[in-house]
Amino acid sequence: MTISLILLAAIAIAAFAFAMFMKNAIHCVLALAVGLVGIAAVYLDLGAQFVGFAQVLVYVGAVSILAVFALMTTQRGDDQRADPGRRQITWTSLSGTAVAVGVFVIILLSVLSSGMGIRRAVDTPTVSAVEIGDALMHGYALPLEVLGLMLTASMVGAVIIAMPQKGKK
Amino acid sequence: MMTPLAYCLVLSATLFSIGLAGALIRRNAILVLIGIELMLNAANVNFIAFWRYSANPLALTGVMFAVFSIGIAAAEAAVGLSIILAVYRHYKTTDMDRISFLKG
Amino acid sequence: MPWAQTLDQIFPLAKHWLMGFVPFQLRTFVSAVLSVAPVLLVFPLLFAVTTVLERKGLGRIQNRYGPNRVGPYGFMQPIADGLKSLTKEDLVPRDADQVVHLLAPIVLVLAAFLSYAVLPIGRNMVIVNLDAGLLYFFAVGSMVELAVFMAGWSSRSKYSLLGAMRAIAQMISYEIPLVLASVVVIMMSGSLSLVSIVDKQSGYTATLPHWFVFTPWGLMGFILFMIAATAESNRSPFDLPEGESEIIAGYYIEYSGFKFALFFLGEYLGMLATSGLAITLFLGGWAAPFSFLTWVPSYMWFFSKLLLFIAVFIWIRGTLPRLRMDQLMNLAWKFMLPMTLLNIVAAGVWNLMGEGWGRWLVCAVIVFGPFLVLSGSLKKRQRLQMRTYRYAE
Repeated sequence: MTISLILLAAIAIAAFAFAMFMKNAIHCVLALAVGLVGIAAVYLDLGAQFVGFAQVLVYVGAVSILAVFALMTTQRGDDQRADPGRRQITWTSLSGTAVAVGVFVIILLSVLSSGMGIRRAVDTPTVSAVEIGDALMHGYALPLEVLGLMLTASMVGAVIIAMPQKGKK
Repeated sequence: MMTPLAYCLVLSATLFSIGLAGALIRRNAILVLIGIELMLNAANVNFIAFWRYSANPLALTGVMFAVFSIGIAAAEAAVGLSIILAVYRHYKTTDMDRISFLKG
Repeated sequence: MPWAQTLDQIFPLAKHWLMGFVPFQLRTFVSAVLSVAPVLLVFPLLFAVTTVLERKGLGRIQNRYGPNRVGPYGFMQPIADGLKSLTKEDLVPRDADQVVHLLAPIVLVLAAFLSYAVLPIGRNMVIVNLDAGLLYFFAVGSMVELAVFMAGWSSRSKYSLLGAMRAIAQMISYEIPLVLASVVVIMMSGSLSLVSIVDKQSGYTATLPHWFVFTPWGLMGFILFMIAATAESNRSPFDLPEGESEIIAGYYIEYSGFKFALFFLGEYLGMLATSGLAITLFLGGWAAPFSFLTWVPSYMWFFSKLLLFIAVFIWIRGTLPRLRMDQLMNLAWKFMLPMTLLNIVAAGVWNLMGEGWGRWLVCAVIVFGPFLVLSGSLKKRQRLQMRTYRYAE
C-alpha cells in the first residue's frame, strides 16, 4: 500500500515541479493539471473518494480551464520570445529559492522529529457519500451556507471586475 | 523507516515549498496564482492524511475541511484571475516586474 | 425461467468460470482485465456501427443514399474508413507544439473510455460499483475540456484556437444544467451509486415500470439532460465549434489521419457514454419496459435503448438547424439553468406530498408552466408578413 502512495506522490511532485519551472506558460498549466490528477489519485489511495472526485471536477475541470483561458487572453506574441534574463540568477530567484528551501527544511525536521511514527495503523476508513451529505446538512450546515454565499459573491465580483468598462476603452 | 503518515506529510511539505518557490520566483502573474493553488493543495493533502490516520475517522473533520478548502480555492482562483485580466487590460502586460508601481 | 436467468447472467458466469483457472496471485489483475476488455471491444464496435448508421440515416433524411458501395448496403464502410485513417499521412504543422499536439487526442479518448467504468450495462454487469459513481462520471467528463483546449492551442492556428475557445465555452456552460438535471435523480433515489439508482427504478405496477422518466420532474429532467448532453458532445444542433460549413473543423482542423480518427472516436464515445448515463438515470438502466418482458436479458435492453438514443441523435442532427453562439449561451444560462432549479424544487415537492394524484398535478404545474413561459420569452416575436419575392435582374 505504501508503494502505491510513494509512486503517486512521486508522479505528483514531478508534475508540479514541471508546472512551476517550465519556460512555456501553457505547458506549466498543463503540467499543473497532471499534478492535480496525481493528487486526486493520492486522495483515492487514502480512502477519501468523494474528495478525490471533487478535486478532479473542481480543480482539473474548472480552475485549470480558468487559468488556461486567462493565459490565452493575456499572452502577447512578444512576451514569449523576448524573455531576457531567462535562467539568469537574479536576487529574486536566489532569495525565492532560499526561502522555499528553508521552509521545506523546517517542516521536514519538525515532521521527522515528532512522534508521528507511534500511531498504530488503521484500516482504510470507508466514507460513503451519504455520511458526507449528512454531515453537511447537520453539523456543517452553517459553513455550507456561508460557502454558497461566498461563491455567489466571488462569481458576481469576478464578472464585475473583468467586465470591460463602458465609456473608458 | 517512516510511517505512511510521515510520507504524506513529507509530500505535503514538498508541494508547499515547490508552490512557494514558484510563487516567489515566476514573473507571470498567472503562474504566481498557480503557485498559490499548489500551496492550498498541499494543505489539503495534510488534512486528508491526518484524517486517514487519526483516531476517529468517522467524525469526517478532515474530509469536510478539504471539501470546503477546494470550494474556496475555486472561488479565489476565479477572483484572482479576473483581477489579473483587469490589470492586463490597463497595463497590457502580466509581467510582475513591470507592474511594480502603484501609480495607474 | 431458469434458462432466461442463465442467459441474462452469461457474462458474469463466464467470468467466474474463467477466474477459476487463474492462480491466486494474479487474481485481481486478471479480474480487472476480464471486466474491462469487453467494454474496450464492444463500444468501439458500436462506434463503427454508429458512424455508418449516421451516414446512411442522414443521407436518407436528405433524400439521397448514404454510402452503399462497401459491403451489403454499405455496412462495411467503417472498415474502409478505418483503413483510410490509418494509412493517411500524418501532417503536423511545423509551428505546432509537437508534444501537446500528440497528447490531445490521447487524453480525449482516455477521458471518454474512463467514463464507462461506472455504467451498469446489465444485472451485475458493472465494472466497478463506486459509491460516488455519478460524481466520478462527471469528474472524468470534465477532463474532455482540457483535451479540447490542448488540441486547439497546440495547432497554433487562428481557426483552431477560435474553435477551441468556442467549444470550451459551450462545454462549461452546459455542464451546469447537465449536473443539475441529474441532481433530481440523486435526490429521489438517495444515492450517488448508479447501481442503486437502477435498483430504485426496478419495480412494476400493473405491468408499467417505475422509471423516473414517467414522473413530471423526471420527464423535464430527462429533456434537460438530453439537451445538455447534446451540447456537451458538440453534436448538432450545438455543433458550432466543429461546424463543417463555417470553421471547417474547429479545434481539430490541423489533425489528419489516425489522430483525427481518435478525435472522432472520442466524441462518439462521449456521446454513447452520456446516453448510457441518461438511460441509467431516467430510463431504468437495464430494466425491461413491461413486466411480462423481463425474460429478455438485461444487456439486450440496455443496448436497445442505446440504439434508440443513437437513432434520435441522428434524427435531430438531420432535422434541426445549427444554433449560433449567442443563441447557445442564452439557452444555457437563461433557459436551462432556471428550469433545472425549478425541477429540483418540483422533485422536493413531490417527495414531501404524499402518494396520490395531487402531487402529479402540482409537480406538473411547477415544471411545465415556467417551461412554457420561459420558452416563449426567448423567442423573438415575429410578425408574419406577406411574402415578398426578389428576382435577379
